[in-house]
Amino acid sequence: MNKLKNILTACAIAVAGSVGAAGPAELLAHADDMTWLLPGVPYPTENAPTPERVELGKKLFFDPRLSADNSVSCATCHNPVLGWADGRATAKSIQGKDLQRASPTIVNAAFNSIQMWDGRKKSLEDQAMGPMESMVEMAMNLNRLFAWLKSDADYAAAFAAAYPGEAIDDKTVSKAIASFERTVISNNSPFDRWLRGDANAMSASQIRGFRLFTDENKGNCAVCHQAPNFTDNGFHNLGLPSYGAPEPDVGRYAIKPIAVLKGAFKTPTLREVARTAPYFHDGSAKSLMEVVEHYNKGGVVRKDISPEMRELGLSQQEMQDIVAFMQALTSPQINLALPELPY
Amino acid sequence: MLNKYLAFPLAFCALVSSALAANHVVEQKGKAFSVKSLNVKVGDSVEFVNADPFNHNVFSLSDIKTFDLGSYPQGQSKKVVFDKAGQAEVECAIHPDMILKVEVSE
Repeated sequence: MNKLKNILTACAIAVAGSVGAAGPAELLAHADDMTWLLPGVPYPTENAPTPERVELGKKLFFDPRLSADNSVSCATCHNPVLGWADGRATAKSIQGKDLQRASPTIVNAAFNSIQMWDGRKKSLEDQAMGPMESMVEMAMNLNRLFAWLKSDADYAAAFAAAYPGEAIDDKTVSKAIASFERTVISNNSPFDRWLRGDANAMSASQIRGFRLFTDENKGNCAVCHQAPNFTDNGFHNLGLPSYGAPEPDVGRYAIKPIAVLKGAFKTPTLREVARTAPYFHDGSAKSLMEVVEHYNKGGVVRKDISPEMRELGLSQQEMQDIVAFMQALTSPQINLALPELPY
Repeated sequence: MLNKYLAFPLAFCALVSSALAANHVVEQKGKAFSVKSLNVKVGDSVEFVNADPFNHNVFSLSDIKTFDLGSYPQGQSKKVVFDKAGQAEVECAIHPDMILKVEVSE
């Protein structure tokens, strides 16, 4: 009996020792932090993902023939090597003109309950045809598009395999693209690995940054960039300089004419954020540090500003820690095999 | 003369009806309304209490009631009277996942 007791004591000491070696308790994730772990990817019951649907969606996503002059695909503005955005301050129209808003990343858009900077589309299926229909984005004649997809033997076979018995139309095109977009997921960043128990996945600065990020009396970032996908799917006016223009972009207010929504835009996810500079809906911040400095000032234009915007009083070190934390939200690139486009 | 005799009973009825009207309290907590749906009678009020440490808004653009209570911080509340029968969808404009369905009956 005593021998067993000694063995158990030795085991307990060994376990305690290994925890101690991993780092002090403040460097470990707490039980409360687990709300930041993403759940499984949600999908609508009428469009459950299958390999055929994802593969068809991938072809459509990368095919520039879905645009009026065969020059623009979904991937032009949602480029996998640029964090599934375009690296530009604001998107470029098919005619080559600068548009008003930045291309948002599609990373983890599957978790969003509302889509677009102004929330005018609800689901990925609702959203998918929007750029094709927009005369400044892909400007596609949809009748021509569906006629071509039906006449192409490879596309027709891919649609039949993905959606047997369904027409080739806006519904199946949307469902296929949405199915592919649901595979663009970031959930294996250093932050995720730290949450799952790898105490060394984040640096001490990144862990401090996370605590500042969630502290209501410090960064207060999580008031909007909330768990688990770093968004509340909500709308806020951040007091950006561009809102001081004579006729500023009113954002969500154009969709829902409620006073609090004047100049308010949707909270974007921060997963993969280090790959998606520049920042804000107008692309006005070149770096993550510029973003944090804007919040630290409590915004610039006070008109219609969100009541959550206030001077934060963060030190330079604290701001650097928050930036370091956001850099811990990058997952390894997904292993993306190039699609075979029908020709 | 007739008006004089009618005035008192009408005023009395209005008083009784307002005394009978109920006030329903709904909390906004954890970016959700404390109930997903609510049944009220015509004339009842619903009071929205913000229990979150940040601002919420309350509005409805429904056919039976259009209102915008603005945005207000933790601890404050605002009230709205539903004066027509039917269905109203009440939302927080800041956090559109917050939706409350109000069924107003005679």
